[in-house]
Amino acid sequence: MVNYGMNLCVLYICGRAIRFENTFGSPVVWWAMNADRGSDRGWFSSVSPGDPETYVGAIADGSANEPADWPSRSIESGVVPDQSSYYELLHAATQATARAQVRRRERTDDQRLIHCIRAMDDTERVANELAERVSAWSSTTDTPVSGIDGARELLSRSPTQTDDAIAAATDERLVSLAEQVVSLDDEATALRETIEKSMPTVAPNLSMLAGPVLGARLIALAGGLEALAKQPSGTIQVLGAEDALFAHLAGRGSSPKHGVIFVHEYVSGTEPSLRGSAARALAGKLAIAARIDHYAGDRRPSLQAELDERIATIQSRGDGDE
Amino acid sequence: MSDRLPSGVTYRTIEGSDRLVTEGPPVYGEPTSEGWRAWDVRRSKLGAMFERGMDTGLEGGETVLYLGAAAGTTVSHVADFAGPTYAVEFAARPVADLLEVAAERPNLFVLLEDARSPSEYAHVVEPVDVIVQDVATRDQAQVANANRQFLSDDGRLLAVVKARSEDVTADPETVFDRFLDRLEGYSVLETERLDPFHDDHLAVIATPE
Ligand SMILES: C[S@@+](CC[C@H](N)C(=O)[O-])C[C@H]1O[C@@H](n2cnc3c(N)ncnc32)[C@H](O)[C@@H]1O
Repeated sequence: MVNYGMNLCVLYICGRAIRFENTFGSPVVWWAMNADRGSDRGWFSSVSPGDPETYVGAIADGSANEPADWPSRSIESGVVPDQSSYYELLHAATQATARAQVRRRERTDDQRLIHCIRAMDDTERVANELAERVSAWSSTTDTPVSGIDGARELLSRSPTQTDDAIAAATDERLVSLAEQVVSLDDEATALRETIEKSMPTVAPNLSMLAGPVLGARLIALAGGLEALAKQPSGTIQVLGAEDALFAHLAGRGSSPKHGVIFVHEYVSGTEPSLRGSAARALAGKLAIAARIDHYAGDRRPSLQAELDERIATIQSRGDGDE
Repeated sequence: MSDRLPSGVTYRTIEGSDRLVTEGPPVYGEPTSEGWRAWDVRRSKLGAMFERGMDTGLEGGETVLYLGAAAGTTVSHVADFAGPTYAVEFAARPVADLLEVAAERPNLFVLLEDARSPSEYAHVVEPVDVIVQDVATRDQAQVANANRQFLSDDGRLLAVVKARSEDVTADPETVFDRFLDRLEGYSVLETERLDPFHDDHLAVIATPE
């Protein structure tokens, strides 16, 4: 888009440069005049009506020092025959431009979601590690607890009174540590909710078929929605199973049938002998979903029906392989 | 009170109560009746200004520049009764919804731009009869000043100042006074607090000096 704007600029300067040869003696005067003229041109001066590709650059990259009666000017300059065609053209141009800009901004949204899902995994992992410490530690007290729920329970209890100075001091640290566990666990929940809320906008079809969290995980493993959209379905099928895949390629172990998509009920809920087929069918649809999300962005409910049908066939007849 | 409403804005009985309405395709789940859509004055500050009987000077059919359009709750009603309506909003997420609102309204032009940088849209926006401003940001007076160049000599600025956007700690009155102080090139015709429809909001009607 930036390039486009610059091309126009060059063309325009060329146009002025010819007149400069005839009229003005000084390049400075020419430049001043050119800059001045450039600032009072309406957006339509760089569009070809009927060619939507020229709209986005015209609206997004243009600027002017002040407004003008653009509808009349566009008619005077012959871009459009009358006012109603002007507004029609403007409507098409602003819609196309804003849509393109929104999509461009949304591109960075996938990167934000990648941080969300990684942070969710981090907070869950650390919460669990610290919860283990809390459990082990609490076994030295009168009220042993276990796990993250145990840490919550510990906080809800009123502190026991003790005359033992060491016990009092260490119990205080134990409670404080349990607080950290609980707050990390709450953060993990909040991150999950954010992912669940945002994924349907960022990748509506992937989110619909895979669920928001698995969908975000696939985007993270690929490195972005665009990268995921460019993966063949066979790669998507084993994303997250890279270790097994490399071992297989090195001659150790069999080729993995699935990566993180295993958590999808259509894979984990299919009987083991048919899981490979189910994983292949699911990955195929996820690949299509990611491409639609990246290149088009509209929601296609039919994808879900197609996937449901395909999986039902595999699960009932067991002849999913083609 | 109704004599101050622009044509295209009126009161109608919808679902048993008297509602401010405009005519157009529904946008935010508002109740409708025979093509009229209830204008939820609790969700729209301009709606609350009409409800309060403020003299907006609007007659219908005006050219409008709307700053801070968000997902289009209010600007959809504006486009229903006004002429060419330019909607500026700088956050991409609400603009995705605003585009759907505009898809059904050929006179609504969406601009994903920053209202503090008018030169970025002056090549698109023509001089207008009315500026509606609801940006809920810091420097709300600066936004009004920077966009004054779009307003025709007898045009109106209909601005809503949100106290908490400027300074969360300051007393709302102080924030409102500061806004009015900093307004340049306008003379203020009327101000009114929009409570209880919108807490800590001041509606300001002004015209170029
Ligand atoms: C209170 S909301 C507007 C609600 C809307 N007027 C309605 O009633 O439907 C304020 C909006 O102003 C936008 N905004 C804030 N600063 C802005 C700026 N400098 N340029 C453009 N939009 C801005 C925000 O993104 C937000 O969507």
